[in-house]
Amino acid sequence: MPDLDEILEKYPFVQRDNLIPVLQDIQDEFGYLSEEAIVKVGKYLNLPTVKIYGLATFYHHFRFIAKGKYHIKICNGTSCHVNSNILIINELEKKLGIKDEEITKDGLFSLEETTCMAACGEGPVMAVNDKYFTNLTIEKVAEIIDSYKSMEE
Amino acid sequence: MSEKVNFKYKDFLIENVLKLKSDKPEKEVVAQLNLIQRKTIDKPVITVSINSSSIISGVQKLKTDIEEYLVDRNIDAEIIPVGSLGLSSLEPVISIQLPGKTRLFYKKVLPENVISILDGSFNNFIQEENILGQLKNDIQDAWEQVPFLDELAYFQNQQRLILKNCGFINPESIEEYIASGGYKSFYKVISKNTPEEVCDIIEKSMLRGRGGEGYLTGKKWKIAYKTPSDQKYLICNAGESDPGAFMERLLIESDPHKVVEGIAISAYAIGVKKAYIYIESEYDLAIERVKNAIAQAKEFGLLGHDILESGYNLEIIIKKGAGAYVCGEETALISSLEGKRGKPHSKPPYPATKGLYNQPTVVNNIETLVNVPIIIEKGIEWYKSVGTKDSKGTKVFSISGKVEYTGLVEIEMGTKLRDVIFRVAGGIKNGKRFKAVHIGGPSGGSLTEKHLDTLIDYESIMLTGVSLGSSGMVVLDEDNCIIDMVKYFMNFMQKESCGICIPCREGTRRMHEILENISKRPKDENGHTTLQRFKGVMQLESLAEVLKDTSMCGLGKKASNPVLSTLKWFRDEYEEHIFERNCEAGVCQELRTFEIDVDVCNGCTLCAKKCPTGAIFGTVKNVHFIVQDKCIGCGICFETCKFSAIISK
Amino acid sequence: MLIDIEVNNKKIQAKKGETILETLNRNGIKVPTLCRMDGFTPTGACRMCVVEAEGKSGLIPSCSYQIEEPIKIRTHSPRVIQARKMLVELLLSNHPDDCLYCASNGNCQLQDLAVELNIRERRISGEKTKASLDQSSPGIVRDPAKCILCGRCVRVCEEVMNVFTFDFYKRGNKTAIATSMNKDLNFSNCINCGQCLLVCPTGALYEKTNLDIVQQMLNNTDVTVIAQYSPSISVSIADELGLRSGKDINGVLNAVLRRIGFNKVFDTSFAADVAIFEQSAELADRIKNDENLPMMSSCCPGWIKYMEQSHPDMIDHISTTKSPQQILGTLIKSYFAQREDISPEKIFSISIMPCTAKKFEAQREEMTHKGISDIDVVLTTRELLKLIKLYGVDAQSLDEEMPDIPFNTRSSAGKMVSVTGGVAEGVARTLNYHLTGKELPNIKITKLRGFKDRKEVSVKIGKQEIGIAVVSGLKSANKLIAEIREGKSDIHFIEIMACPGGCINGGGQAFNNDEKTLKARSKTIYDLDDKEAINVAHKNSNLISLYNEFLGEQLSEKCIKLLHTKYSKRDVLL
Repeated sequence: MPDLDEILEKYPFVQRDNLIPVLQDIQDEFGYLSEEAIVKVGKYLNLPTVKIYGLATFYHHFRFIAKGKYHIKICNGTSCHVNSNILIINELEKKLGIKDEEITKDGLFSLEETTCMAACGEGPVMAVNDKYFTNLTIEKVAEIIDSYKSMEE
Repeated sequence: MSEKVNFKYKDFLIENVLKLKSDKPEKEVVAQLNLIQRKTIDKPVITVSINSSSIISGVQKLKTDIEEYLVDRNIDAEIIPVGSLGLSSLEPVISIQLPGKTRLFYKKVLPENVISILDGSFNNFIQEENILGQLKNDIQDAWEQVPFLDELAYFQNQQRLILKNCGFINPESIEEYIASGGYKSFYKVISKNTPEEVCDIIEKSMLRGRGGEGYLTGKKWKIAYKTPSDQKYLICNAGESDPGAFMERLLIESDPHKVVEGIAISAYAIGVKKAYIYIESEYDLAIERVKNAIAQAKEFGLLGHDILESGYNLEIIIKKGAGAYVCGEETALISSLEGKRGKPHSKPPYPATKGLYNQPTVVNNIETLVNVPIIIEKGIEWYKSVGTKDSKGTKVFSISGKVEYTGLVEIEMGTKLRDVIFRVAGGIKNGKRFKAVHIGGPSGGSLTEKHLDTLIDYESIMLTGVSLGSSGMVVLDEDNCIIDMVKYFMNFMQKESCGICIPCREGTRRMHEILENISKRPKDENGHTTLQRFKGVMQLESLAEVLKDTSMCGLGKKASNPVLSTLKWFRDEYEEHIFERNCEAGVCQELRTFEIDVDVCNGCTLCAKKCPTGAIFGTVKNVHFIVQDKCIGCGICFETCKFSAIISK
Repeated sequence: MLIDIEVNNKKIQAKKGETILETLNRNGIKVPTLCRMDGFTPTGACRMCVVEAEGKSGLIPSCSYQIEEPIKIRTHSPRVIQARKMLVELLLSNHPDDCLYCASNGNCQLQDLAVELNIRERRISGEKTKASLDQSSPGIVRDPAKCILCGRCVRVCEEVMNVFTFDFYKRGNKTAIATSMNKDLNFSNCINCGQCLLVCPTGALYEKTNLDIVQQMLNNTDVTVIAQYSPSISVSIADELGLRSGKDINGVLNAVLRRIGFNKVFDTSFAADVAIFEQSAELADRIKNDENLPMMSSCCPGWIKYMEQSHPDMIDHISTTKSPQQILGTLIKSYFAQREDISPEKIFSISIMPCTAKKFEAQREEMTHKGISDIDVVLTTRELLKLIKLYGVDAQSLDEEMPDIPFNTRSSAGKMVSVTGGVAEGVARTLNYHLTGKELPNIKITKLRGFKDRKEVSVKIGKQEIGIAVVSGLKSANKLIAEIREGKSDIHFIEIMACPGGCINGGGQAFNNDEKTLKARSKTIYDLDDKEAINVAHKNSNLISLYNEFLGEQLSEKCIKLLHTKYSKRDVLL
């Protein structure tokens, strides 16, 4: 894993418009933005940390806690909504005991609601890390989660 | 894609295609072009549509399966990636072309049926249930008893200008793009026209911005062009952010060079040396492909310094969005590009005079920009012949919801809504009844059955109170609840408001609450919620009007559109929810009523114990009953009963 | 260029490029605003100032809309009023209902708007944002539940102070104002200057009040309760007490404090003289030895904290002399206690300051010795006014009185420290005395006066040219520091006050601090300098006896022990 400095070195110009790309790169690498990272970026780009924090909390791709071992993205696009994805979301929340943007205590699962994933014909859709699951039903979701849980036992 | 591609035909294409003076190329050139475009092939070619939709449907595994198949059987064939035909719900789509024959398209190709499909194709036998159609090709033999693609209802009722290449050409190959006529418009413009002439052409073509209010694109360009400044900017807004739309994503994935060409011509016209593509960071594949397209265009001298000896310089920079619907608003987008919170600004000043870094900036939607090369290629008069009196050209939608075919469609302006839903998209799934069509996502509105004969153009759609804003079109059937839909959008809006101006921040929140309240039963007949429910209903309309009147930017002004349009066209359904406390579609869970089936209940008492309001009475081993006055419709009994004795109504 | 526009069916003239609001205000038409602040570029965020313009589909914000061509406007049409009313109602729907208990009751712009727009019932209701009170800071309390997100605090902190404590946080219905990483205020980089609470339109930001303990102590006959008041107070509360704005009521103030029940009343101006005396001696030494120059003034606790966190490598430049408040606090519990034979434990020393940062300063570790604080409690000017009301003292009926012995004399220089430039002028006068043993021939240094955020002058002292710079508002301070880092070397002394204009515009002052009021306050102070005979700190007679009887020479060991302090690096999120 490269350290922060390596990421920062890719941006030789101290310009405010580099802020979002820098943060994106850091998150791609570390999974989230730590306080340490924000302080470092602030020093590098000569920006007050409150401005970085204010910006990062504005955009919903930025997160401040690590992702779970299994990061679950559930599509909450319009089409999935009209295909009753709320039942799936409820089931996920019930099964995992967490809500959107949260992580389970054991660090295994984290949940994220996203906008359209472009598979509207197959909704409701979700992804666990890079694996996609389509045409979800409550039963199917329960099975999927259970299978991941049993892999950990 | 990262490996260095060796461009075999680079010089040939630049000299004999781009810089070609006459309209009729030499015979040898045509033959060469046919080869590049794979109209003629010397070994079998399999195309695999690799795009966001097909990836979710498992195309990557499929591709490996095909590769293994070829290796196992020692077949010398080429596998080419393509984008999306637009038929997302039929993914994964592949095509197989044998030398001397036309290209055959297969739908829903899965690991379980791919082998038989391939077996069949290589042995001149067609697996019928997966066949989509064949592509017309005037120099090759057609398959018998296979429909031509353009005879399918889906294609027949579209007019594909923008999506022409999508799903057919390799989006990773600039050579194929140029061979099919690409970058010719760009070369024509920079070698023959002054920027002002290009602005003129676009203005006369009556091209209107596809993103928002339908402002004349050429007019906007001219303002920026005429504002003196050393540095001007063009921003191509490809940050969809509508939670239910995917047009821009698939378009970039399928034909990235068209996007680059559109940007290049527009940039030239405005006098821009630096253009940005703003694209959601989650669109991995789209970013990868457009990045590749830019690199290839540079390699061909179509971007960068002194483009094809014209003296014109242009750099295109990709900027990844970080997830904010409001950044679809141009001033918020500019803030975001400057590395700030995506906060909109009051207009005026408009970006065309004072935008990015306070310089003249044109922000155009991606669909607007891809129209530009088409207009240059076909000419003003031709373009003006497409569409209606005031709305020229075509409109692309990403259609989803309860239709047979979800995906991208491109129709001529002036097409009836009915034709899009029932002809192109194949009508409602599973024989259900059409209820509504929602156009324009969270800023749009819903239309009813009686609007199905409305023509799709700016003015006609506007008359119904809905704007042709985004490309999202979602079709609802009888199982969907309008209130639920509007609530969904309001919830989206209250989260996506930038939070700065009061009407938008507080208004969307209250409107969402009001909708929540009417879609559940009041907790207590005498309690606060009953009062809130009725007060809210009375306010809904005036809140919506104030929001529209006072919000700072387009997001707030349009946030009440779903409410206003549905209050107008689906008032019955509101009344049903409010007065009868009933949701006909059964979607609003908290309006449900429950009864106990006396024949099934065995008196286990579990439901009575779990009921939060003590609305269930009964003794052990005797049938229980629900006191409706006390029931709040939470459904806990329904979920708890192990014997399915509770019936939801 | 003038443009004819029509407002409410009447023709008026607008200047091209000026905003609608400016035109309206010039023509006596009032339109409510919430997020607007004088001297800042408008953001058009709150939408309260919307007006109806012919030909525009929506209402337009008058604060940011520039007039470029003729336009027809209606400022109070039914549609406009309905919209404004709804906006306020929307704000109220997410606002606590505790006006009676609110720190800003009676001084709240939201309350005023609700009255103006005749809002008499809660038509819109719903869930309110949950937010917890942040009482962690010694000076400032933040109640996010009352925040209407106008962003004024963010802008003052950023654009005037350059401190960047606050920014908008999250978005949509979760939007809030937060410090970096959402830390509590006492762990943030807040310097407690209080400029944010001067601009806060509601009760979302207010000072941490210490009135209760003061009342308790006033009732405790066992304890000698002593008050000192900042030099700026006597010129900044006259109008609040029904007297002429800006009038100096020094004598009356002494009487008022005694009526309230303080056993002893001292004017901090005396200690300001001591501070000037010590500081200029320190400066004279540094100039002789050419070390740690330029020397920076040390009276402003906001500035000190800022240096400790933002420029820790330069803290040696700050004068080690304590601030006047702390000097007097120390002297009360040493010199005065000894003289009067009172045990320091039995003294309760309160200080009345126009400043919330002074609350922070009083509880700094360096300001406490063996468990006894130099200052026990700091009250702001606003708290003093409450105390006066609480004890029912009618200032208008009181005769002037003198402060108590042994600190009852001051020079006009000691008074001048309350205005930007005042400390520098006083230091220059006494520095001349320390370096040459003579008086400055022309003691009035007009170039150091006035409200400009940065002033620079070179004064000839003996044979030397002494460079003096004065900055107020940390934005200009920051700029000057950057210049010094880049090698600017013609400056020997810098006076820095965090609040623009100095203490007369401090974050603890009464809320009427418009430009006119500030000018009146400043004029009164400089008038004293013209009128009075003692204009230099070193001629203050009580000061002379203090040194003779107790402290010895300037910078003596005892002085260093009692009147000087030290600073250290602070780790906060910048």
